[in-house]
Amino acid sequence: MTPETGFRLRHKHLLGIEPLDSDEIRLILDTAESFLEISTRPIKKVPTLRGRTIVNLFMEPSTRTRSSFEIAQKRLSADSLNLSSSTSSVTKGESLIDTAKNLEAMAPDMIVLRHPAAGAAHLLSRVCRSSIVNAGDGAHEHPTQALLDAFTMRQKKGRIQGLEVAIVGDLLHSRVLRSNLFLLRKLGAKVRVSGPPTLVPPGLERLGVEVTTRIEQALEGVDVVMMLRVQKERMVHGAFPSLREYFNLYGLTQARMKLAKHDAIVMHPGPMNRGVEIAAEVADGSTSVILDQVTNGVAVRMAVLYLLSGGAVGELAA
Amino acid sequence: MPSTNDALVMDEGKIERTLTRMAHEILEKNRDLERLVLVGIRTRGVPLAERLASRIREIEKVEIPVGVLDITLYRDDATTIGPHALLKATHIHFPIDGKKIILVDDVLFTGRTIRAALDGIIDFGRPNCIQLAVLVDRGHRELPIRADYVGKNLPTAREESVEVHLKEEDGRDEVHIVRAGITSRKGEPAAREKSQE
Repeated sequence: MTPETGFRLRHKHLLGIEPLDSDEIRLILDTAESFLEISTRPIKKVPTLRGRTIVNLFMEPSTRTRSSFEIAQKRLSADSLNLSSSTSSVTKGESLIDTAKNLEAMAPDMIVLRHPAAGAAHLLSRVCRSSIVNAGDGAHEHPTQALLDAFTMRQKKGRIQGLEVAIVGDLLHSRVLRSNLFLLRKLGAKVRVSGPPTLVPPGLERLGVEVTTRIEQALEGVDVVMMLRVQKERMVHGAFPSLREYFNLYGLTQARMKLAKHDAIVMHPGPMNRGVEIAAEVADGSTSVILDQVTNGVAVRMAVLYLLSGGAVGELAA
Repeated sequence: MPSTNDALVMDEGKIERTLTRMAHEILEKNRDLERLVLVGIRTRGVPLAERLASRIREIEKVEIPVGVLDITLYRDDATTIGPHALLKATHIHFPIDGKKIILVDDVLFTGRTIRAALDGIIDFGRPNCIQLAVLVDRGHRELPIRADYVGKNLPTAREESVEVHLKEEDGRDEVHIVRAGITSRKGEPAAREKSQE
């Protein structure tokens, strides 16, 4: 790595993991390592993004991601503005592009966007001058979640290369899955996925993963178990008969955890449905790193905001 | 790389003797060793702080804690320059309230690095005092900052650069003045103050 290219992202926006190369991913993870310490100080703030304005535009409910971005912005001294669909003119029928263009007229430096439609962040990146950070777009990508997951795996396991990772749950609606698949493949982990046949998107094997409908087969001997939330709000028609049946067939219980390596860790992007995809005693057990993921999320988002704020703007569009 | 554009101003022996003298000066001025701590500014202030600590250990048989400060996030040009410097962690693992801090860096130039470092330290608490130790003072200050302990005063022209090489980082102990536009070795990071210009 030379100082000219190695210490910056080649992108103006963070739209997904797919466009990043492995060096850029490592740069974000390494930078996040340094930001972790700031949250342990008595004064949890550095002046780096002083005078920068960041708009958090959340068109879908979110607690974790939004508060994590907001805390990251505060710890970097950026000024942030929070807009959600219920409090904005979207309820009056304004389009996403019009909303964004009007916000842009007030000259923010960055827009963090959460939107129910896949591709929403790409759309904004084409019409806006600001840097766009995708905080989840439909069933497409959720890049900062995959980055914090990778950061947590590296923190607990010391590496990502060669790790065996099982991802279980609602594979069909999961943007977390897609971002994780791109990232884990780029960094050399082996991934197995499992879920009910009705929630497995066709062609998933093409992303380089082993697909099985039996959770036991997915868990056998893995280092990391990542559970995905059953997205009840996105199920238009019943994908499975009942939540109890789902838990019986795909829920992560302590008995099933025994199939994984003895030092395997349990991850969940939240919010959890206890007793649906994960048993409470596993979620709260000693192998769970679910709350570490939340802590690390702040450091990872600080790293992303910091790295996107540097570099010659506009040199390379997404 | 010896050439007419590159003058060696300190060699290994000179650097060693200078650090020994600075350690004595620090001890002369600070008798309350209980409260003394060293903080090195990344990158080359860190090995210098560790060497000062090891000399103080030899002279007084006391262990002085050494902290590491990365000033990247406190730079006044952090969001105006192009690509960011690689961010490395700050490790100040001891409370600094009421302590006497000796801030250590390799080259004192514009003073902007030190300004950033002072902001950084204050975020960790309220020290009793902060003193500054530098291996080389090359002049051209842009802020009202001066060093308490100076290894060598080195009058330079603005367009010259001062390059400090230390064994821990570069495999050898040398200080060079390099004439305008020439770097001694391509791609090699020179003294930090230069990058704050």
